Amino acid sequence: MSVPILKQGDYLIASVQSELSDADLLKLRDDLVSRVGEFRSRGVIVDVTILDVMDSFATRTLRSMAHMIMLRGAKTVIVGIQPEVAFSMVQLGLKLESVATALDLEEGLALLDSQTKGDTRRG
Amino acid sequence: MKKEKTNEQANKSSAELRQELVDHFREKRELLRQQWVQHMTAKGLLAGLTREDIETESITIYDTCIVCLETGEYDGARTYAMRMAERGVLRGMSTEQIIGGLLTLRDVYGRSLFERYQHDMERLSSALDIYEPVANKILSIVALAFVAEREKIVRQQQEAIRELSTPVLQVRDQMLILPIIGVIDTHRARQLTEQLLRTIRTSRAKVVVIDITGVPGVDSKVANHLVQTVDASQLMGATVIVTGISPEIAQTLVTLGVDLTKMNTVGDLQGGIEEADHLLGYRVVREEPGNGFIHNKKV
Repeated sequence: MSVPILKQGDYLIASVQSELSDADLLKLRDDLVSRVGEFRSRGVIVDVTILDVMDSFATRTLRSMAHMIMLRGAKTVIVGIQPEVAFSMVQLGLKLESVATALDLEEGLALLDSQTKGDTRRG
Repeated sequence: MKKEKTNEQANKSSAELRQELVDHFREKRELLRQQWVQHMTAKGLLAGLTREDIETESITIYDTCIVCLETGEYDGARTYAMRMAERGVLRGMSTEQIIGGLLTLRDVYGRSLFERYQHDMERLSSALDIYEPVANKILSIVALAFVAEREKIVRQQQEAIRELSTPVLQVRDQMLILPIIGVIDTHRARQLTEQLLRTIRTSRAKVVVIDITGVPGVDSKVANHLVQTVDASQLMGATVIVTGISPEIAQTLVTLGVDLTKMNTVGDLQGGIEEADHLLGYRVVREEPGNGFIHNKKV
């Protein structure tokens, strides 16, 4: 099942609705990276509240996606990682490294707002 | 054919003998029970028990043992032993008292058998064959019941200590404190992290101050647990500040080569809270110089 991508002002919001296959993840990555340019977005939020599992492939894809989006001139925030998921991720040694994370959508938006405050692209 | 017959005969005579023993103990009940109580009192095993308690308990134990001998069923003894273990532990009766008491009873029974069969060694030996296994079984049941009860209490207390040992406290909006006191092992680290992550979610915290002043020592495992806790919290969108790293712990960490560069560390808890205030945009301002007293305002 593909992930709907919503445009909200200067940001894109991808809200994961069900468990994702590897193909879905790659499609999400490609869609987001191209949409960022299309809508001239300044930030991207990926909401993974629904996910019960984050394996190494998902982590790596999200990480590379964030780097690609950064190269396209926008910031990425992963939001809604559940306590159990966070714990198993660190136990498995999976790291998002430099990718920003926030508790939920609201915090993610606030984080993007504060990080893109100085951005004068739109005046 | 002949052998079977002898077996049958042996079985029959053993059943008869068993009944004989039971009757013997029933008949001499008052006498033997009094002897038993006297022996126990002499050994000081009844300290802390009232006269009534001694009467009722000794009668019950005596009769329960005879029922075990008669029927070969130990359920009654087991139930009673479990109840006794529960009460005994509550009242602070020592295991020595209980086991000593039962050993004394065994002694009393044994002596009465010797007395009865002293002129018939063969019969005495068969009687002991019947009596000994029952007595041993009863003793082991009671001992096991006591061990089980102690273990249950130890488990409950361990659980209580674990519950108590990981308080996650909210000091301000979006700020949590996690004071860690005592040794961290894998199990505790896991529980600690899980509880912290849950609290981060429910209280929507953005900064967590972990204070390890009360942690006696750190090895590579514990350091690894700390790093994991910090990483997991970051995945939940919270920044972690670690405070209270003693000189010894700092030295160990550096010697171990643990990579703590990603961690925010501040000297003490006060500094940690100030840093957290700063991250959250709080500024603590003193309104007026206090005089050092706290007034209890009467309303």
